[in-house]
Amino acid sequence: MSWIDIGHIDDVPLRGARLVRTEVGCVAIFRTDTAEVFAASNTCPHKQGPLSEGIVHGQKVTCPLHNWVFDLNTGEAQGADEGRIDTYPVRLEDGRILLDGAAVSRRSAA
Amino acid sequence: MQKLVVIGAGMASGRLLEHLLDADPGAFEITLFNAEPRGNYNRIMLSPVLSGEKSFAEIVTHDDDWYGANKVTCRFGEKVLSVDTARKVVVGEKGEVAYDKLVFGTGSSAFIIPCPGHDLPGVVAFRDLEDTTAMTEAAGKPGSKAVVIGGGLLGLEAAAALRLRGMEVTVLHIASHLMERQLDPAAGYLLKKDLERRGITVLLEASTKEIVGNGKAEQVNLADGTELPCDIVCMAVGIRPAVKLAQDSGIACGRAIKVDAQMRTETPDVFAVGECVEYEGNLFGLVAPLYDQAKVLAKTLLGEEETFAMRELSTKLKVTGCDLFSAGDFDDGPGREDIVYRDPARGIYKRLVIEQDKLVGAVMYGDTADGNWFFGLIKDGTDISEMRETLIFGPSYQGGASADPLSAVAALPPEAEICGCNGVCKGDIVAAIEGGATDLGAIKATTKASASCGTCTGLVEQVLSVTLGDEFVLPTAQPVCGCTELTHEDVRRLIKAQELKSQEAVWQELGWKTRNGCHVCRPAVNFYLLADWPLDYTDDPQSRFVNERNHANIQKDGTYSVMPRMWGGMTTPQELIAIAQAAEKYGATVKVTGGQRIDLLGVKKEDLPAIWHDLNEAGMVSGHAYTKGLRTVKTCVGSDWCRFGTQDSTGLGIKLEKKLWGSWTPHKVKLGVSGCPRNCAEATCKDVGIICVDSGYQIGVAGAAGMDVKETERLVDVPTEEAAIEWTTAFVQLYREHAKYLDRPYKWVAKVGLDWVKEVLSDETERRALVERFDVSQSVYQTDPWAERAEPEAARRFQPLADLTLKAAE
Repeated sequence: MSWIDIGHIDDVPLRGARLVRTEVGCVAIFRTDTAEVFAASNTCPHKQGPLSEGIVHGQKVTCPLHNWVFDLNTGEAQGADEGRIDTYPVRLEDGRILLDGAAVSRRSAA
Repeated sequence: MQKLVVIGAGMASGRLLEHLLDADPGAFEITLFNAEPRGNYNRIMLSPVLSGEKSFAEIVTHDDDWYGANKVTCRFGEKVLSVDTARKVVVGEKGEVAYDKLVFGTGSSAFIIPCPGHDLPGVVAFRDLEDTTAMTEAAGKPGSKAVVIGGGLLGLEAAAALRLRGMEVTVLHIASHLMERQLDPAAGYLLKKDLERRGITVLLEASTKEIVGNGKAEQVNLADGTELPCDIVCMAVGIRPAVKLAQDSGIACGRAIKVDAQMRTETPDVFAVGECVEYEGNLFGLVAPLYDQAKVLAKTLLGEEETFAMRELSTKLKVTGCDLFSAGDFDDGPGREDIVYRDPARGIYKRLVIEQDKLVGAVMYGDTADGNWFFGLIKDGTDISEMRETLIFGPSYQGGASADPLSAVAALPPEAEICGCNGVCKGDIVAAIEGGATDLGAIKATTKASASCGTCTGLVEQVLSVTLGDEFVLPTAQPVCGCTELTHEDVRRLIKAQELKSQEAVWQELGWKTRNGCHVCRPAVNFYLLADWPLDYTDDPQSRFVNERNHANIQKDGTYSVMPRMWGGMTTPQELIAIAQAAEKYGATVKVTGGQRIDLLGVKKEDLPAIWHDLNEAGMVSGHAYTKGLRTVKTCVGSDWCRFGTQDSTGLGIKLEKKLWGSWTPHKVKLGVSGCPRNCAEATCKDVGIICVDSGYQIGVAGAAGMDVKETERLVDVPTEEAAIEWTTAFVQLYREHAKYLDRPYKWVAKVGLDWVKEVLSDETERRALVERFDVSQSVYQTDPWAERAEPEAARRFQPLADLTLKAAE
């Protein structure tokens, strides 16, 4: 793993998300609680809705286009919908958000 | 005998001395320095000393007799000036002492916010006996006031203690909930409520600007302009390790003195223990790991093998009557699931965090009896998959039942208002039931509850069910979502009746089953709160659908559409030029809409603040084409130009739009004003449609031209423009206060009945009161969201947080 500092936790709104551009596409950083973050693909497998614009609740996000709900732990779609989004290692250290650079580089995607 | 010098007589070094002397009283000749003019005492028990529940003598851990008996040379009240690690001597104010082994136990000092006035007399920390004495003296004056800055463990203990001494206490906290490092927002809400019940004022997201006074602290001023007169200010915003002496002596430090698992610094024969150490990047503030360190260091000094290990910690607040507990990692890291239990009647909240069939964290409020059992499960890493279903009920309740869906209504006090139309309280209904009214019809007949608009029907039925038990069969109503058993109408009614003014309050008091709602209930609850409490509740953008958060309409490809307001459908050549230029600059497709405006489609999210800025410059504001709020007021040219026009329909449309724009409503609201019954503005299928006639204005409401098509129904005919505006505004406000989220006016009117709407609005006093409440709300919400978000700081949020593709290319 190679942890890359991508910003401060307060740069992401509580129960909101921000985008990070990476070689594997846009990755959404979700802040689900005061000190809890997740990283996952920004793209809904259904109709490519931008998940970072969805409503964040518990440890889930709802796609803004057609209300698909994804568990941010596993990336699995919830309920009757079937699909999965990629999730990426991310952690917090002293309020800084660290994303695993190896997981979002082209080499790992290949 | 080896010479041991210990700098600092705190809780960790005190425990170290005990272990050393127990194991081998003859191993060391000990010298103990302390800057405070006294020896070891139990610092964490200063709170009960401050409140008067204990005396200082009771919290002293080692007195003069103990030091004498154990032959410890005490140099109290003497500062250590320097340490020479080459010569192995400690230089005190009163001379040198040589050492074979040296221990730093310098602890930590209070962090003082460097705001203007922080150095005035009367500004104290809450660290030592001097601070405690200063606060006790201030509390002696009748009617004295204290401001405590910091809503963490220490600050709240200070606040509660000062309140017990009879002071008026205000707590300022920078975060959005109390004790945010130990508690989640739900438990923080309950704690705040408890503190407020005992007379402590709590101000959240409060930023201290300055402390002012004539020669001493007399008033705290906040960044938002609030002024708080006071006699004493207690700063309890945190601690920082006291490591200057170590740094000056050349001991390796990071954020604190670096030690290994044996408590050794990188300098030979120099050790450290307590709040002044850093171990594997961690600092320590709670007492349990400090005691662990003391034990390890005692062994190390005696030449025995021992290793310090980090362990899970639990927190309890030492405020009598505030029952809270938190342990483990409850808000950090992926891979976790929650189990939430709420009992509003007893003010109980419990949340367990589970990761891979193991309990990793627990937050509890109100009932912490099972705290240690959960803490044990966390520490031991017990597999809980077998007992998962009933885990939250604790060890004595395995195999327990699910939470009672009626608990929120059962918890209501008798004076809680159930029916707002007729002012009927829960107590009245219960009395009627006990008097023999055992079904809805009988309740309506005897109390009038739910006999008017009917939105409280669900609640009346629940009161029947709670009171009668199995004798009353509850009709199945549709709850808001899976987070609650309550219907929209129930939630709306209870928000008003119980004066719930925050989302946390709604989740807790109404027994929500999830941590913070879902995409269905959050936008609804957010709307209900801002509609009912415009001055108390702050709109939460994160509880809004993307369009309302980004103030533009998301399209299927993820781009947005931007639509400036055109008042009453009127525009100017200058506005059209600015719109054309913006369309070219940002590559937008241009579409004329059905609402008499111009839509710019295909704008990228990153470009939104810039295009808004350009349109603002030309004098245009957001058209709110994306909101559950006022959309357009469609007009015809009216008596200005049309040979058939009877009144100035364009002018009235513009006035209505200027009055109503910016307001949030349960669903979108569209208006139309036609200048004559030929109805060119198609007003008769709008939410409110006005037809001008020679004698005045015919106001119709509850039209629709969407999935359903429906003609408006006549609300009233009025003679003047002023009256038309007053009736329209009052209608919109009545809709805002009563309708279910996502019901258009025609659906709401169908539920409550046009007769009821007419009856309410015909009462002139009530009509004016509705307009007044609408105006209060507009004083907060009638602002251009584009202008706010085009500001550089806000605009930044529309850009990606980071771009790793650039880094990789370098």
